[in-house]
Amino acid sequence: MPDQMRLDGNAAAGQLGELFARDVTTALATCAGCHTTAPLGALAEYGQNMGVVLRCGRCDTVMLRLVRTPHAIHVDATGITVMVVPVS
Amino acid sequence: MSEPSEAIAAPRLAWQVANVVEIRAETPRAHTLVLDVPGWLGHRAGQHVDVRLVADDGYQAQRSYSIASAPENPHVELTIERLDDGEVSPYLCDVLHVGDGLELRGPIGGYFVWTSNQDGPVFLVAGGSGIVPLMAMLRHRAHAEPDRRARSPMRLLYSARTASDIIYARELAELAERGDTRVTFTLTREPATSEWKGERRRIDRAMLEAEGWPAADSARSYVCGPTPFVETAANLLVELGHDASRIRTERFGPTS
Repeated sequence: MPDQMRLDGNAAAGQLGELFARDVTTALATCAGCHTTAPLGALAEYGQNMGVVLRCGRCDTVMLRLVRTPHAIHVDATGITVMVVPVS
Repeated sequence: MSEPSEAIAAPRLAWQVANVVEIRAETPRAHTLVLDVPGWLGHRAGQHVDVRLVADDGYQAQRSYSIASAPENPHVELTIERLDDGEVSPYLCDVLHVGDGLELRGPIGGYFVWTSNQDGPVFLVAGGSGIVPLMAMLRHRAHAEPDRRARSPMRLLYSARTASDIIYARELAELAERGDTRVTFTLTREPATSEWKGERRRIDRAMLEAEGWPAADSARSYVCGPTPFVETAANLLVELGHDASRIRTERFGPTS
């Protein structure tokens, strides 16, 4: 994957917000591959034309995949073991 | 420390139509759209909106644009850089007129934000159109009381191609003259024979060290621009001893 295409998770905030109904860019997610914990907004984001692909910044494990079709949002979050979402 | 959270806890995620009330040319390549957004709840500096264009055949193109205006501004301003082979920016720069509608949702993004109740020095590093969200932060800070501004000194390092590509050039010069913001420009493609007296090279370790804060000051850094630019700058800041967790990045994708 060419690195030029890499964005930050913050760029996917709108699509993530559609699923989670809140801003999750400051939520902390623990990687299933290497157990690094980071804010979603800081993860490596790819796949702008396909949906959202968030990868661990340390080990490149795909942590979250999100694909929007007309009637559904398909989510694969198997790369996240724990996510902690701050609420006010 | 509490932060204003109303607009974040219950973001207006629905698509809505905003009205273009003014269009400003900033540089030959960049235009600012001034939008009236019905029901806008406000935003935090650094956030963006998603913009959606729908063609007659139903084809949709969606892009994110950083909000350029301060939260104190009742209008939402987006500064768009026209990409020659872009799908969306040529429409926004060449076709859209005052009075037209534009579909958007937002404000979005709680990660790359700065509010004036956050104390401590700030280093803003901009590459090209990466200046946009950082300008919102500078504009937001300009509305704060002097004692508040004094607690959050800001330094901006802005890399652009040529002098005519510097977006908000006059406003940035005025901010620098006020005395509580250091602004440094560096140009990467300015003709050697021009009158430009400032820096003329890509950002490097020496420049970041000279223009930024000492690592011991624990400054927050916000780096925004094309992906390669952001990665270079962020890695250099870490090399200089800055805490990686205090460096926030917003990559815009490939260099245009």
